[in-house]
Amino acid sequence: MRLHEYQTKQIFNKYGIPIPRGKIALYAGEVKQIADEIGGPIVVKAQVLVSGRGKAGGIRLAKSAKDAEEIAAYILGMEIKGLPVHKVLIEEAVIFNQEIYLAITIDREAGLPVLMASGSGGMDIEEVALRSPEKILRLQINPLLGIQEYHARLIAINMDLSRQHWRQFSKVLAEMWKVFRDCDATLVEINPLVITGDNRQIALDGKMIIDDNALFRQANLAELRWLEAENPIDTESRKFGLSYIPLKGKVGCMVNGAGLAMTTMDLINSFGGEPANFLDIGGGANAEKVSAALKIILSDPHVTTVLINIFGGITRCDEVARGIIATLYEVESQIPIIVRLSGTNAKEGMQILAERNLNIANSLSEAARLAVDFSQRVPNGNTH
Amino acid sequence: MGILINKDTRILIQGITGHEGLFHTQQMLKYPIPIVAGVTPGRGGEWVFDGKVPVFDCVKTAVEVSGANTSVIFVPARAATDAIFEAADAGIHLIFVITEGIPIQDMMRIRWYMKQQHITLIGPNTPGLLIPDEAKIGIIPGDIAIPGDVGLVSRSGTLTYEIASILKESGIGVSACLGIGGDPIVGTGFSDILDLLENDPHTEKVVLIGEIGGQEEQLAAKKIAKEYTKPVIAFIAGQTAPTGVRMGHAGAIIERSSGSAKEKIEALEAAGVKIANFPEDIPGLLI
Repeated sequence: MRLHEYQTKQIFNKYGIPIPRGKIALYAGEVKQIADEIGGPIVVKAQVLVSGRGKAGGIRLAKSAKDAEEIAAYILGMEIKGLPVHKVLIEEAVIFNQEIYLAITIDREAGLPVLMASGSGGMDIEEVALRSPEKILRLQINPLLGIQEYHARLIAINMDLSRQHWRQFSKVLAEMWKVFRDCDATLVEINPLVITGDNRQIALDGKMIIDDNALFRQANLAELRWLEAENPIDTESRKFGLSYIPLKGKVGCMVNGAGLAMTTMDLINSFGGEPANFLDIGGGANAEKVSAALKIILSDPHVTTVLINIFGGITRCDEVARGIIATLYEVESQIPIIVRLSGTNAKEGMQILAERNLNIANSLSEAARLAVDFSQRVPNGNTH
Repeated sequence: MGILINKDTRILIQGITGHEGLFHTQQMLKYPIPIVAGVTPGRGGEWVFDGKVPVFDCVKTAVEVSGANTSVIFVPARAATDAIFEAADAGIHLIFVITEGIPIQDMMRIRWYMKQQHITLIGPNTPGLLIPDEAKIGIIPGDIAIPGDVGLVSRSGTLTYEIASILKESGIGVSACLGIGGDPIVGTGFSDILDLLENDPHTEKVVLIGEIGGQEEQLAAKKIAKEYTKPVIAFIAGQTAPTGVRMGHAGAIIERSSGSAKEKIEALEAAGVKIANFPEDIPGLLI
């Protein structure tokens, strides 16, 4: 789960990582007062969960409170990379001498947290990463010990940070580690951490991603999600524990297991078709979950054929079959459905499916071939 | 006998009285490998499966009484971390974690600790190990494979079943079928399993089933290029997956250019591995 900049900064503030003075605004009408309270030059920042906001024009400097209001009105009407801007962060504009990049994330192969730092922070950090990766220092962290002061010194020396800043820098890193650990984050990023003329270090921007698997013990963070306007299909798939990703093709897919789902999609492509989605129902799905999955697929107007490929292990094929039949009683659909059941209780599943006129395939490749055939025969998608 | 287990293996099931634990232990009991104890905190003193398996409140007592040395964990994600550390501190040296969805920060601490203690951890999110007719540890359906000399190792669950079945239909059997687990951080990677298969007298050929995301397959390719004597055939799932999209369980993530199917296939081919474009091509490459 990604957090917005303002949410990340609220967490930073709680841990004593300095942030600019600021406040969130939902309407342009409230911006002038906020700007007046802050005083001086103001930055208006779009709060959307994409990177590259600055370059897309979603971060602008305002000379006066009145100016801030106008800019906020403009940004609140924007779409950035397809996402509408619902909130803007109104902040004091900070004048600085130096920009530092800091991130704690996970090195999958090492199975360890990794601290990344660079003296060339700012908007172009991705360029730096591509062109001069040696300018980004990477330090693996012992997950039981965390970031120690010597890590901070190592980095400070490496990026030529002058000695007067070391103590404060080490405090920022120590707190950043606590944020990472306490929030079950998979990413905590400060870009940039700036050093001002009066030697203060301030986190001008922040990004956090929280591990979805840990939300059961991060109740406060999990609640943040509900503050957002969310796509109802995403809400539905999360409620039922489905992994659903819409794509552009016509063949709706329902599979158990991510590896098998991707293989099914690869086969659809190889037969000249295109999957409409990735959908993994996971292990041990019951009829209710299968039904929710099928409804999500059928609600996609581009879908002309559905392919259900189940290899039962923990998942029982009879449960899957019950879910399919129940859905077809509820939802009127003329869309052809190709089903392939194998493994645990496949026979029982087939018997249940026999009452409806479904297309049964005996192997994965037969199922994919049939699905592509059908999808190309039907010119238009679902019309309900 | 096969990889990871031997005649001294004695199995403990953590979470034995749960829905999953009961169902899969029942299946495992059909195999000769002994299941000597179960643990469910609060249920100690009970017996399950008609008095065949005693249940204990904690792993320490279970190990002392039963001599268990291998644990299979079916405990739900929110309690699994504790169960894993409990097994490690009770002297268990081989742990299979079937549980899916353990927080990643827990997994980093677990992996670090297991390395220090020289404990082998398979998973999490592993379907386990199947040695046809000899041993089933975990949830791999027993009838998907027949005995043979192909070592099958995978990151996936159901895709492994699919491929084992395809081999079976072609009359090809397996010496071992093992899932390393689909989560982004697992205790034991492809490379370590390749070593075990290399040293396993029952294995003549290896089938490696990878998927997009991470570097496991590239690391395996390095190992194979350097010091591997047995022929390896590989299949990589997600060849047509769109880049930058996270597909299902956390293993399947493409991070920028790294971790793409193309990159993995190139690395494996360069190491002399034969690539199957589709699962059904695998039997042809094994003959």
